[in-house]
Amino acid sequence: MTEYVTKFGSLADYDKGSIDLINDQAKNYAFSNIFEVASSSKPWEKVAVGKNMQYVLEAIRAEGTSEWRTCAHDEFPLCMDGEVTIELVKLDTPAVPADKEGSVRIDGEPVGKKMGRIVLRKGHQALLPANAAYRMSASAPSVILLQTILGDDTVERWADICLS
Amino acid sequence: MKGITDMTVTDVQSTEPNAQGYCEFSLGAFHFSRDEYFVHITWPTGKHVLSADVFLRALQRDVAWDFFYGTVNFDSVFGTVNHYGTVDMFAGRFNDAYRKAELDHTENFETPLIRDTFKAMLDDWTNASFDPFASPAETDKPFGIKDGSNTEAITRRRVAANRMVSVPGDEQVRTDETHPVNRMFADVPQDEPEVYPEPGFEDEVAAYNLYKYISRSDVTWNPSVVSVCKASLYCPTSEEYMLPVFHGNDRVEWFVQLSDEIVWDVQDRDTGAPRSKVTMKAGDVAAMPGDIRHQGYSPKRSMLLVWENASPELPEMIRTGKASVYPVDF
Ligand SMILES: [Fe+2]
Repeated sequence: MTEYVTKFGSLADYDKGSIDLINDQAKNYAFSNIFEVASSSKPWEKVAVGKNMQYVLEAIRAEGTSEWRTCAHDEFPLCMDGEVTIELVKLDTPAVPADKEGSVRIDGEPVGKKMGRIVLRKGHQALLPANAAYRMSASAPSVILLQTILGDDTVERWADICLS
Repeated sequence: MKGITDMTVTDVQSTEPNAQGYCEFSLGAFHFSRDEYFVHITWPTGKHVLSADVFLRALQRDVAWDFFYGTVNFDSVFGTVNHYGTVDMFAGRFNDAYRKAELDHTENFETPLIRDTFKAMLDDWTNASFDPFASPAETDKPFGIKDGSNTEAITRRRVAANRMVSVPGDEQVRTDETHPVNRMFADVPQDEPEVYPEPGFEDEVAAYNLYKYISRSDVTWNPSVVSVCKASLYCPTSEEYMLPVFHGNDRVEWFVQLSDEIVWDVQDRDTGAPRSKVTMKAGDVAAMPGDIRHQGYSPKRSMLLVWENASPELPEMIRTGKASVYPVDF
């Protein structure tokens, strides 16, 4: 019987696809590779790799310990390489207005009850609940894809990352 | 109709079984019949024949997705356009030659009527040994004279998380009892994340293994929602063989290739003229513009994350130029 091998990418081993143009421009597809983007990002930089109106997908290089952040809406990190630990704190008072989109940095330590801790490995998805404070850490370079909304700290460098 | 329990069929127009055992169906001025190998469609200005295999796999997606976003082309001639409350059924509308010859035909229906007609047709025309959701290697052929039905397979519940899979009260993770690992994903790690909620926060501290979840999908080319950030929906799907339709976008749609490889055939949405071939490998992200149609080919079963913006105002914003058909400007 055939042994099927499922190919996932990683920082150490990824292979970017391509576009064969017949009557089009490569730019129209905003084609990038998450591992390539994370390879050239600073730790915890939130680089948009997908955008649909206000919504974004951010590729994040997880390395060391992040700042504390919070957000008025749910966000969802998917670990695509390595291992990432998430700490969650229920803020006594929400740090951002209810209609604020995207996450913001919290100065200093968050004030509130500890909610718990999650350890994500490859393929694992977590919930970052609205109005929780969160901090991530990774002992080795890892990759997160974050489902969120365009915020103050979202980095857009499409010309650098996309096929053109 | 026998075998259909969860629908109103009063307005579905169908005949007694024909010589091959299949009922014929009418909707507006369109007429549908099938024989051992083919589906025959007629309308006032023309007629069309397509393989029962192609037709049933496409019909299954159109029914399961409730007409999806935009256009579902069964092939280069026949399909549907979703107006979210009503649905256009067309022949030749997105085919340059039919348009120029003025042989194209479109009719608009209230969604419940076309939904019930399509469901009844799918149920009557799917034999016991055929599963239109499965890859060709996992099911028997759809051909031959009428031989039973497979109502359970064609009415699978579509998964749609409210917040995220695994959150208490929401869609739950897949287990061996109901969802064994697919043969082509036997090597996918089945470990779970470590989740340590403090007392009282069990409902909000949640995580699960998405790759494990997709490795246990028993359907192909059928996106289902796993996480929801307002109108931003993660709709992963397991893909093997080919997307049974050409999906015509009414908004920008994004793909994240989570594993293996898919080649997308991209054509102009309105004419079908070729525009590109997009090869996506693990970790690749790409947008499908709002003015194209696309069909994907997956040589090995692969994991695709389809990312949708479900905002109901998007098609109108694109139509009036308030939103672009292209993903980003750079
Ligand atoms: Fe699509």
